[in-house]
Amino acid sequence: MTGPPPDDYRPSELQLGRLAYRRRQTVRSVLIAAAATLVVGVVLTLAVAGSPGWPRVRDSFFDPQVAARAFVPVARGLWLNVRLFAFCAVAALALGLAVAIARTVRPAVFFPLRVLATSYTYVFRGAPLIIVLYLFAYGIPGLRLTGTPSLLVLGGGAIVVTYGAYLAEVFRAGIESVHPSQRAAARSLGLTYAQTMRHVVLPQAVRRVAPPILNDLVALMKDVGLISLAGPIDAIRAAQIITAETYNFTPYVVAGTLFVLLAAPLIAVTDWVTLRAARRQSSVGTA
Amino acid sequence: MNAVPIHRTLRLLTAALALAGVAACAPQATPGPASTATSALACGKAQLRTLTAGKLTIGTDQPVYPPWFVDNKPENGQGFEGAVAQAVATRLGYTAAEVVWARVPFNNAIAPGPKTFDFDINEFSITPERKAAVDFSSPYYDVTQAVVALRANKVGAATSLAELKDAKLGAQVGTTSLRAITEVVKPTVQPLVYNNNDDAKAALQNGSIDGLVLDLPTAFFVTSAEIDKSVVVGQLPQPSGTPEQFGLVLDKGSTLTPCVSQAVDALKADGTLKQLEDKWLAQTAGAPVLQ
Repeated sequence: MTGPPPDDYRPSELQLGRLAYRRRQTVRSVLIAAAATLVVGVVLTLAVAGSPGWPRVRDSFFDPQVAARAFVPVARGLWLNVRLFAFCAVAALALGLAVAIARTVRPAVFFPLRVLATSYTYVFRGAPLIIVLYLFAYGIPGLRLTGTPSLLVLGGGAIVVTYGAYLAEVFRAGIESVHPSQRAAARSLGLTYAQTMRHVVLPQAVRRVAPPILNDLVALMKDVGLISLAGPIDAIRAAQIITAETYNFTPYVVAGTLFVLLAAPLIAVTDWVTLRAARRQSSVGTA
Repeated sequence: MNAVPIHRTLRLLTAALALAGVAACAPQATPGPASTATSALACGKAQLRTLTAGKLTIGTDQPVYPPWFVDNKPENGQGFEGAVAQAVATRLGYTAAEVVWARVPFNNAIAPGPKTFDFDINEFSITPERKAAVDFSSPYYDVTQAVVALRANKVGAATSLAELKDAKLGAQVGTTSLRAITEVVKPTVQPLVYNNNDDAKAALQNGSIDGLVLDLPTAFFVTSAEIDKSVVVGQLPQPSGTPEQFGLVLDKGSTLTPCVSQAVDALKADGTLKQLEDKWLAQTAGAPVLQ
């Protein structure tokens, strides 16, 4: 029985029955899914819209006039978030990678460097970002040194050192997940320690931890806004100002929506990278 | 005091249940409009439908600052607002022992959910758009905004609005002080906005901002008692023609609003408010109005 089926191929009665059954099952599950979604939607709508406080909540959170008034200031604030995110993401990734390499460096002479890197990740993973921000944005200018950088740079610095500590640990996990035989093989080929890291360990390590790194970047995108406690106006602060003028919470909903839209592409990329990594790992050995 | 948080938690729970579940179909008691028959002007303690019967719960923020309150203890009846709140309570028939203070963050005071206070006193400026979300009592104080700066800073010597144009100004978020910067001074650099006045004062001392905008009584307190070598540069003119006034905040449509307003009006008419102003806010004279 090789080659294509003959032209006069006709599925058997049994096969036709199977196909019909599968079609019925598909239609049935689509119908059930639709009905379940409809029921959940109706119950939620009734529960929210039917609650006695709904008219006031609607006026407080979904007022189109307030939303229109809030949009431009909030979007302007969001631009600060975007610029700060771009700067902080690059700087924190570089810092994290450097610290991870320092923490895993093997030669004994680098012991002090390892201690420094280890204590850095201990302190800054433990310290709340808000407190680090206060120290940087209020403490450093308080020294009244000449040439103190601007508040944006100081606040950004606080965010970078905090997130750098998280990212360093993720990178370190990646570096340590590379099997020792890889290093041994590289060294036996005559590569130096630095060459081994550069050409053998890091490429595998970074690829392996790409999904958690991107996840941390999504979190960073929201946390850069904390710089507002040093004075600059980010999207949420802009919303807060209009909320205080109108006693209406719609500006927060506007800011929240914009944040979700901004994060969506990054989240999609994260999912895609995770999926690709999973596919690659499951297909190991076929290559 | 222990019973209050539990009570509040229960209220929040019921609210959450009502919102989340099908239980929403059971109508929850909402603060409806005043039942006009009884509330006309019957403002005796027995008629007032307060949060806890026989007690008057007054809200304010945490922390609170002089000269409005003293030592962050609203219950001691000191400071201008501490004294006004107690006077209003007395007028409504509540003794000091029957007054309960609730600490209410700004956002909770203006949120649409059930309130945890009968009225809130915390330098709330009355504006028409805010009236769409909460009730205000009659005003109890006319306020202006003022600029504070370090003597050594160029803003410290300013005598006109024009000299503030290029200055880095700061204010607390959610205040009419911030509004005065954007609408009256209209500086060329974006103002810096702080979570509270403590942060703003630290920024002024650090030189992160050139000038700090505060209401006038707070400005005088800051320069005289809190920041060395600082000066009240001057008052800012009102953004619109109408003077800015502080009012007590009540839940939208609260049955208490007419009675509380009546009490404030009576305190104004018999000179009590003026006396308290002289006692607690006496320093405010003598700051030039910047033009």
